[in-house]
Amino acid sequence: MTTAQEIVTIGMVVLGTVITRFLPFWVFPPGKKTPAYVSFLGKVLPAAVFGLLVVYSVKDVEILTGTHAVPELISIAAVTLLHLWKRRMLLSIAGGTVCYMLLVQFVF
Amino acid sequence: MKPRNHRMRALAAAFPYTVPIFAGFWFLGLTYGIYMNVSGFGFWYPMLMSLTIFAGSVEFVTVNMLLGAFNPVQALAMTLMVNARHIFYGISMLDKYNTAGLKRIYMIFGMCDESFSINYTAKIPEDVDRGWFMFFVTLLNHFYWFSGSTLGGLFGSIVTFNTEGIGFVMTAMFTVIFIEQWLKDKNHLSALLGLALSLLCLFVFGPGKFVVPSMLAILGVLTLLRKPIEKAGEQA
Repeated sequence: MTTAQEIVTIGMVVLGTVITRFLPFWVFPPGKKTPAYVSFLGKVLPAAVFGLLVVYSVKDVEILTGTHAVPELISIAAVTLLHLWKRRMLLSIAGGTVCYMLLVQFVF
Repeated sequence: MKPRNHRMRALAAAFPYTVPIFAGFWFLGLTYGIYMNVSGFGFWYPMLMSLTIFAGSVEFVTVNMLLGAFNPVQALAMTLMVNARHIFYGISMLDKYNTAGLKRIYMIFGMCDESFSINYTAKIPEDVDRGWFMFFVTLLNHFYWFSGSTLGGLFGSIVTFNTEGIGFVMTAMFTVIFIEQWLKDKNHLSALLGLALSLLCLFVFGPGKFVVPSMLAILGVLTLLRKPIEKAGEQA
């Protein structure tokens, strides 16, 4: 690829990303009344999307081979218990990550 | 209150929320920079791409695009597919990102998974300006990703301590955000649907192709269940 072609390719990726981020704001600008259906989606979608993001973040873990997702499941359980117990965001995230690192480096 | 003062207050309130992103983005950014480095690109590639694209997963994909044949239409189509989930973030943020001007445009431009998740769920104190808080969350995240990617491109091959598993910080963060949303909601149907349908689509379509089917499934089922969900919401 020439430098010009590289710039066009990267430009296309920038354009695609901008479209997906701005689209709802273009279609439903602040002055205009948002349809009830879209407002409904705005309220119920986040909970589902956070579920999707949890799954997305572990999408490449192999269940049938390797460690069978055991370190991931243990560490997600640790994050959940820690968070329900102390409800301190940074503590839960740091605790779960250290737990996972210890498991994959020393146990599995 | 002086304008400078309330900006500093918003920055101070935003920073603690972004600390896990700092860890995650430096790790992922370094990885991305190293990946570009070993693929034969100078450090200015990850530097400029992290600045202009600012969407982690698609930037990894772009490395392969740059190594392949020139195909701008495919580059655009691929990006729209990988990043389609951002449309859901926008729909959820229509009311929250309601400040005017350049600040709003930047916040929408920089709405990656992490900025959206924090800005949607954060309990912003009463005396902190909401617009500036969300602006600084976005700016800090952008800066972590940019600096991590650039350093990876520059010095990536020198890192020697054992970082295996540190990428789990992102899973831990999304799990915490999921729990926070769960504790806030009275009705957990949407959260359970999100988990179950995404897992189902992951098994059926595989890691590379499950996001768009998951989104369509979530959208379809929530639309079908709109009446009962709204009824339950009124009773609660």
